[in-house]
Amino acid sequence: MTIEEQLQSLRRPAPATVRPAVELGTGLVPGFSVYEAPVGEVAVVFTPRGVRSVRLADEVDPGAIEAEPPRAWRDRIRRALEEGRPGDLPLDLEGVSPFRRRVLEKAATIPKGEVRSYGWLARHVGKPGASRAVGSAMATNPVPLIIPCHRVVRSDGRIGAYSLGGPENKWKLLRYEGAEPELLEELAAAKVRFIGSDTTGIFCVPSCRNARRITPQHRLSLRSEAEAERAGLRPCRVCQPLG
Amino acid sequence: MDELCRRLAVDLDGAFPELVDALASDVYSGLRRLAGADDAEDLTQETFIRAYRALGEYDAERIRNLRLRAWVWTIALNLGRNHARDKARRPTPVRLEDRFGVEDPEPADEAAWDHRLRSLPPAQRRAVVLRHVVGLDYEEIADATGRPPATVRSDVRRGLERLRAAMEGES
Repeated sequence: MTIEEQLQSLRRPAPATVRPAVELGTGLVPGFSVYEAPVGEVAVVFTPRGVRSVRLADEVDPGAIEAEPPRAWRDRIRRALEEGRPGDLPLDLEGVSPFRRRVLEKAATIPKGEVRSYGWLARHVGKPGASRAVGSAMATNPVPLIIPCHRVVRSDGRIGAYSLGGPENKWKLLRYEGAEPELLEELAAAKVRFIGSDTTGIFCVPSCRNARRITPQHRLSLRSEAEAERAGLRPCRVCQPLG
Repeated sequence: MDELCRRLAVDLDGAFPELVDALASDVYSGLRRLAGADDAEDLTQETFIRAYRALGEYDAERIRNLRLRAWVWTIALNLGRNHARDKARRPTPVRLEDRFGVEDPEPADEAAWDHRLRSLPPAQRRAVVLRHVVGLDYEEIADATGRPPATVRSDVRRGLERLRAAMEGES
C-alpha cells in the first residue's frame, strides 16, 4: 500500500450518535426526559432555547429524542414541576401568541395551593371581557404543571376542564397542593364568590391564604362584589379578587 | 454540494440533516487524526451545531455561494485549535485505562499513524490529513486554512516526504 492509500484507510464513518446529537443541539428535533409527577410520569420536551412542552409520558411526540436536558436545567426542571411555576427555567414558547404568553405569565404567579378563575385572569391581563380567550389559552398551555393552569378554574368557581389527561388530574393536583377542590366545588355550588372577614374588613377569593385564616365565627360568605361593598369590605391586596 | 447549498438557502431546517449526513464522516475522520479519538465525536457534533447557527444568520445569496466542504472545515479547524489550546491549559487527568491497563480501543495501526502525524509541523499535518484522510482538494484546503493553494500543495508534498522518511526509519 502506498502512503496515500494507508492514509486514506484511516477514514472512519462518523458514529451513529452524531446526527441525533446535532439535531438536538440545533433544536431541529426536540429532546425529552421523563419525570415523576402527581399525575404519573410526564415527558418534559425541550430545545436548546428552553422547555417547549410537558406531556403525559405515553403521549410524547414520536419525533422527539429521549435525552438528558442541559446540565444547568436539570434541577430547575425538577423544581419547576414540584413548585408549579417556571422560576428561572427557560421556556421555549415559540409560536405562542403574545396575548397567550401574557396569560401564561400571569397564571404562573398563582400561588401553590390556591386557585383563580378565568375571569380573574382576564381582568389581570387587562382584558376583562376575555374569559373565553383566557380559557382557550389555558386549554392550549404547552407547559402544564410548570405553568400551573390546574390552578385556574371556571368563572363560577367550579373546577372545570384540564388539558393534561382530563379533569380528574386537575383534582388530583389541587388535592396534592392542599387546595381542597371538594370544598371549592361546594362553595361554587352555593354561589359563594368571595370570603370576607368582619374583623379585618377585607374580602378575598375563597382559596386565598388570607381567606383560609379567617375563623368560622368571623367568616362572611359573599355572592358578589356588591354584597362585599354593602358589608363595607375592601379587596385583599394579596389575591386582588377584583383585578 | 452546489445542489445542497441551493436547498439550504431556501429551507435550512429541511436540508440541514442532509448536510450532516453528507459531511459527518469527513469531519469525524479528520478530527480523529487532528484532535484525537477521544474528542473527535464531541467536536464533530459541535462543528455542525455551529454551522447551523451560522447558516441561520446568513442570507440566501451567501449560502448559495458557499464552498460547503471548505466552509465546514473552517469551523472544524477552529474548534480543533481552541480545543487543543484549552486542553494544554488543563492538566490531563489520569485515565482509568492507563492505571489498570485496560486495552486501548484504538487499533495499533491508528496509534502508529497518529504518532507519525504528530511529528509533522502543524500546517503540514493539517494539509496531509485534509488531503489524504478527508479527501479535500487543494483549493478547498486553501479555503479552509487561509493559506494559498501553492503553499498547501507544498505542505502536503513535504508532509508526505517526512512521513515516508519516518516510516523508513521505523523499519
